[in-house]
Amino acid sequence: MAQAAIDAQTVSGAAVPARVLPKYESAVVNAFIGMTVLWAVFGMSAGVWLAAEMVWPVLNFDLPWLTFGRLRTVHTNSVVFGFGGSALIGTSFYVVQRTCRARLFAPGLSWMVFWGWQIGLLFGMATLFMGINTGKEYAELEWPLDIAIALVWVAYGIVFFGTIARRKIRPIYVANWFYGALIIVVAMLHIVNSAEMPVTAFKSFPLYAGSRDAIVQWWYGHNAVGFFLTGGFLGMMYYFLPKQAGNPTWSYRLSIASFWGFVFTYIWAGPHHLHYSAIPDWVQNLGMVMSIVLLLPSWGTMINGVMTLSGAWAKAARDPGLRFTALALAFYGLATFEGPMLAIKSVNAISHYTEWTVGHVHSGALGWNAFITFGALYFLVPAVSGRKLHSLRAANIHFFLALAGVGVYILSMWGAGVTQGLLWLSLDENGEVKYSFAEVMRAIEPYYLARFFGGVLFLAGALLMAWNFLMTAFPNDEEGEK
Amino acid sequence: MNAPRLHKFLEERSGFFIFGVLFVSMLGGLAQIVPSLFDGELARPAENLRPLGALELAGREVYIRESCALCHTQQVRPFVAEVRRYGAHSRAEEFVYDRPFLWGSKRTGPDLHRVGGKYSDEWHRAHLINPRAVVPSSIMPAYPWLENTPADSGAVQSLLFALEKINGAREKGGALRAGEELRGKTEMDALIAYLQSLGKSAEGRRR
Repeated sequence: MAQAAIDAQTVSGAAVPARVLPKYESAVVNAFIGMTVLWAVFGMSAGVWLAAEMVWPVLNFDLPWLTFGRLRTVHTNSVVFGFGGSALIGTSFYVVQRTCRARLFAPGLSWMVFWGWQIGLLFGMATLFMGINTGKEYAELEWPLDIAIALVWVAYGIVFFGTIARRKIRPIYVANWFYGALIIVVAMLHIVNSAEMPVTAFKSFPLYAGSRDAIVQWWYGHNAVGFFLTGGFLGMMYYFLPKQAGNPTWSYRLSIASFWGFVFTYIWAGPHHLHYSAIPDWVQNLGMVMSIVLLLPSWGTMINGVMTLSGAWAKAARDPGLRFTALALAFYGLATFEGPMLAIKSVNAISHYTEWTVGHVHSGALGWNAFITFGALYFLVPAVSGRKLHSLRAANIHFFLALAGVGVYILSMWGAGVTQGLLWLSLDENGEVKYSFAEVMRAIEPYYLARFFGGVLFLAGALLMAWNFLMTAFPNDEEGEK
Repeated sequence: MNAPRLHKFLEERSGFFIFGVLFVSMLGGLAQIVPSLFDGELARPAENLRPLGALELAGREVYIRESCALCHTQQVRPFVAEVRRYGAHSRAEEFVYDRPFLWGSKRTGPDLHRVGGKYSDEWHRAHLINPRAVVPSSIMPAYPWLENTPADSGAVQSLLFALEKINGAREKGGALRAGEELRGKTEMDALIAYLQSLGKSAEGRRR
């Protein structure tokens, strides 16, 4: 099969003589890698501070910009769009060139994507710290920035698909289907959900109101997770996993089935964020059913990844990068199983509005997105700098810190979430509410403390990685120059 | 043409591939969002629902600015325990003027949809200045500075004009009185007025 041949080529660069390879653009990729690490450290630090504020509220310091509400928006935007976005754009520029055997289209424009994205984010963070936000989760940036983001995204699409158009290999490689879907669908989501009427330079009203606004927002919100945090990162997985494992992608057919299954089904699942709310029942029920169906393409992809890994386990024991990638796949399987379960209305009645949701998001965001990115970075940083990783030991320690951190995080949020869900709904023998809200809060205090420590471990690992990469890319002794 | 062949066709032609993804990913939104835009029930206001006044709107803007909705929902689900704890369950007709909707997704603190009239203004003031003075186990941030910040009547006036236009308000002219209504008021007054306005439209309705 043609694809298998390409995969084999992709995996062992030796299959193609070096002189046939074009000169790839690398500086813009390197710049994105650097910013990925920087945003990881910044965004995760904000997360740890938030976790601390929930244990010791005095840490809000009565400073408007540091209060929980504003800092949480900064946290989510910096990790999703700063860390995640930089990782996705950077790796897609790296991957698309190599899988198309073509130099990046319009390198100048790719630098505009870089600066547009980073400066846009910088303005975004500044406005969020100032309290300028639309009030819509994960779409907080106000209308001037919405327009700027749309323009940068279009430029990104031009660079990416321009490179695809000049490819030297006829079929488009799997990773690029996913990166491509990310670009197309996120553009659609962003434009529809940001339909708003500007009132002043920093204030707009959405064109939708009430229940309609809710339906549009969670169509966006769920699929921002779907196509940004899942689809895009699956693109990353489909390139770096075979590369690190030294195996071609296991099944081309399964890739096809799970790709189209994913693109079709994900979009329908948004209403599970609105179970038992004031939107029509049929929308909720349809959202629930499609969320369960979504398990199929998700696990199809996971199985494809796991089978690609088969025979490479010994390699994983030596290579912390591959270990991150492999474990990311396990967390992907966990989160995409938990998601459909939480979308079942009777489960959702307990889990919704609780810390369980927060735990679920972080098993995806830390266990899947961060791990797969770390895996790719441990491969990329030595590859693009042409030097051996500074410290294998530090990378191993990072792996265990990250695993312990995410484990503590998820377990504590399960405990807190189930406690909240059950206690809130408990009735006494007279049919009255059994526990006051304050009593339930007191019951989950220990879990908040545990979660803070989980976050500290994860952040410590990320800091270690940042130091390791700095020492790899900019060695301060002669020895590193080799 | 069978499915893998169709895919192979798309995979080798990037233009078709782009349209294929766009088409397939559009279906869910078309099925779920478009009907709601034509569903008049979702835009029909509750009988005694009135758009927010100037002071309340100023308070809602503070609520959005401080992202209160990240920890407080405004959506009471139709469960016995929730109705007992918070009040009548929320209905679409109560939100038709809400731009954006502020239902939230997480209850670090309690739901606020029926909080209007539940506590006195003085309780809210004390609570917002230092939550732990009123609820010892609270982890809510304190908002003492709202007390020293005057409500911005100019901004609220332009917001009211825009809302009257976009909502097709039944009674116009509220925007013109904004300056008068906000004279001498702080953001604290505004936020409390907003909180006290919440959920009143369910009054007189049986759960």
